[in-house]
Amino acid sequence: MSGHSTYEPKTGAEKWLERRLPIVRLLHDTAVSYPTPRNLNYLWTFGGILTFMLVVQIVTGVVLAMHYTPNTALAFSSVEHIMRDVNYGWLIRYMHANGASMFFIAVYIHIFRGLYYGSYKEPREVLWILGVIIFLLMMATAFMGYVLPWGQMSFWGATVITNLFSALPYVGEPIVTWLWGGFAVDNPTLNRFFSLHYLLPFMIAGVVVLHIWALHVVGQNNPTGIDVKSEKDTVPFTPYATVKDSFAIVVFLLFFSWFLFYQPNFLGHADNYIPANPLVTPAHIVPEWYFLPFYAILRAVPDKLGGVIAMFSAIAVLVFLPWLDTSKVRSATYRPLYKIFFWIFAAVAVTLGWLGSRPAEGGYVIASQLLTIYYFVHFLVILPLLGFIETPKPLPTSIADSVLKKHGGAGHPAGAAAAPETRG
Amino acid sequence: MAASPDTVEPTRRDILVLATGALGAVGAAGVIWPFINQMNPDASTLALASIEVDISAIAEGQSITAKWRGKPVFIRNRTAAEIEAAKSVPLGDLKDPLARNANLADGADASDLNRSAPDKENFLVMVGVCTHLGCIPLGQQGDFGGWFCPCHGSHYDTAGRIRIGPAPENLHIPTFSFVSDTKLKIG
Repeated sequence: MSGHSTYEPKTGAEKWLERRLPIVRLLHDTAVSYPTPRNLNYLWTFGGILTFMLVVQIVTGVVLAMHYTPNTALAFSSVEHIMRDVNYGWLIRYMHANGASMFFIAVYIHIFRGLYYGSYKEPREVLWILGVIIFLLMMATAFMGYVLPWGQMSFWGATVITNLFSALPYVGEPIVTWLWGGFAVDNPTLNRFFSLHYLLPFMIAGVVVLHIWALHVVGQNNPTGIDVKSEKDTVPFTPYATVKDSFAIVVFLLFFSWFLFYQPNFLGHADNYIPANPLVTPAHIVPEWYFLPFYAILRAVPDKLGGVIAMFSAIAVLVFLPWLDTSKVRSATYRPLYKIFFWIFAAVAVTLGWLGSRPAEGGYVIASQLLTIYYFVHFLVILPLLGFIETPKPLPTSIADSVLKKHGGAGHPAGAAAAPETRG
Repeated sequence: MAASPDTVEPTRRDILVLATGALGAVGAAGVIWPFINQMNPDASTLALASIEVDISAIAEGQSITAKWRGKPVFIRNRTAAEIEAAKSVPLGDLKDPLARNANLADGADASDLNRSAPDKENFLVMVGVCTHLGCIPLGQQGDFGGWFCPCHGSHYDTAGRIRIGPAPENLHIPTFSFVSDTKLKIG
């Protein structure tokens, strides 16, 4: 995809800079002339939305750090200080707290988009694995950020999650003590979580650069899943993708703003407005909503180490997905059986999330166990077999062909040199 | 240097490259260690390693919770019925057969005698942290009248032994001793 650069420095200053650091050329090639498939739908705008949300989280986070105190005696009241005393502190903190949820909503849509259209398949394996790494970094960042207000859910969430490591034989206890810097979650833990919570978003930004780099090497996937074959299959990033992404970001901001201004605590837990008490565990501990499917898998296994292994495997299996899916056809549009299993899997993942929010008893545990098994069967049995069993539908000859057939009635032959480029 | 690789004798430069690389690796490991070890408990945390607790006011059937190393320690003066219930359990029924008592040898079995305080079988002193994922179990609840962890549903009996649920071990018993008849030293 990275063909010839079309950038021509025009002004004297551009020419001067071009010979010393061709950064304008890099930006032009990346965000202006970069060819994007002409058939991308709105699910392809979530990359842009996620980049935007990362910036929102970093900007609001840097501001919050100016007013927050990472000390067990002061953390809770410094957050209340932000809410009550700091000018617009309430707005900035609610942006940051709800922004985390919005970030995860967007990333889950982005991941399921990749699953549906086979965006992880050859040659996009590295691109996909970088995405899984970003997802893991996001989870670590969100977890540590949730500890900082030092409420009851902060404290007990931190206790339960760090204790996951104690399941490891021999090294478990020393690792947990090392993570805590003591014999329980306490001031050293809070202090280091603050430091790491500030660091990790910049590491995410670094991996995002690699993710975009890998994307621009192999090119974007598209709803047909077939490769770009000629220039007729693409449109330049600017204005087409720039405008479409901007519009999607505005719509996403409307959704974000509804939570921000009307339901700012809907996605949080009331217990976190109670200061942390190391001697009382809240009756019903649940993690933030975006961790619930994995929490359900953790609780489904009646063995401590087994539960921890199952939970981490649920994420690790994504790394191997490019090789587990044996079908050569990328898009589910042309895979009648995979399309069905995709939606079953999506329903299973959402239901696991709901089960994770329920108490660990009776029917909920049995349901979690069945769905956990299905989760792994989907990746380890169904996807490898499907590639051999399924008969895919005939693929269109080209992206342009598929678009023009749908919109242009009779359709133009793929090789028609005079086919007018659709503008707008 | 024109000879084929399999006939080339190691040169002075090869030795220097290897030796420099090896020394560099040792140096890097030496520098990394302080950065890892700084996260372990510091001197001020370790200084809080022991506490003394007055137990004279704990009547039969009552418990207190002391805070030791940032964790709750349950000190319970058990009723006769509770002791009886704990003693009547065959050791074969226990999920974790070990005492988990820091005052005894590692392999000691989880009999009620090994779980309770020496010469004061009515007293049970244990770290009130669920061995599953670290929540604080609630006292005198659950299927065995001992402790129940609300987080993931572990039931402990009246000797603090895990009976049902995901917790793998009995509640841990810290190092403790009686300084006097009414004073307990933990840690």
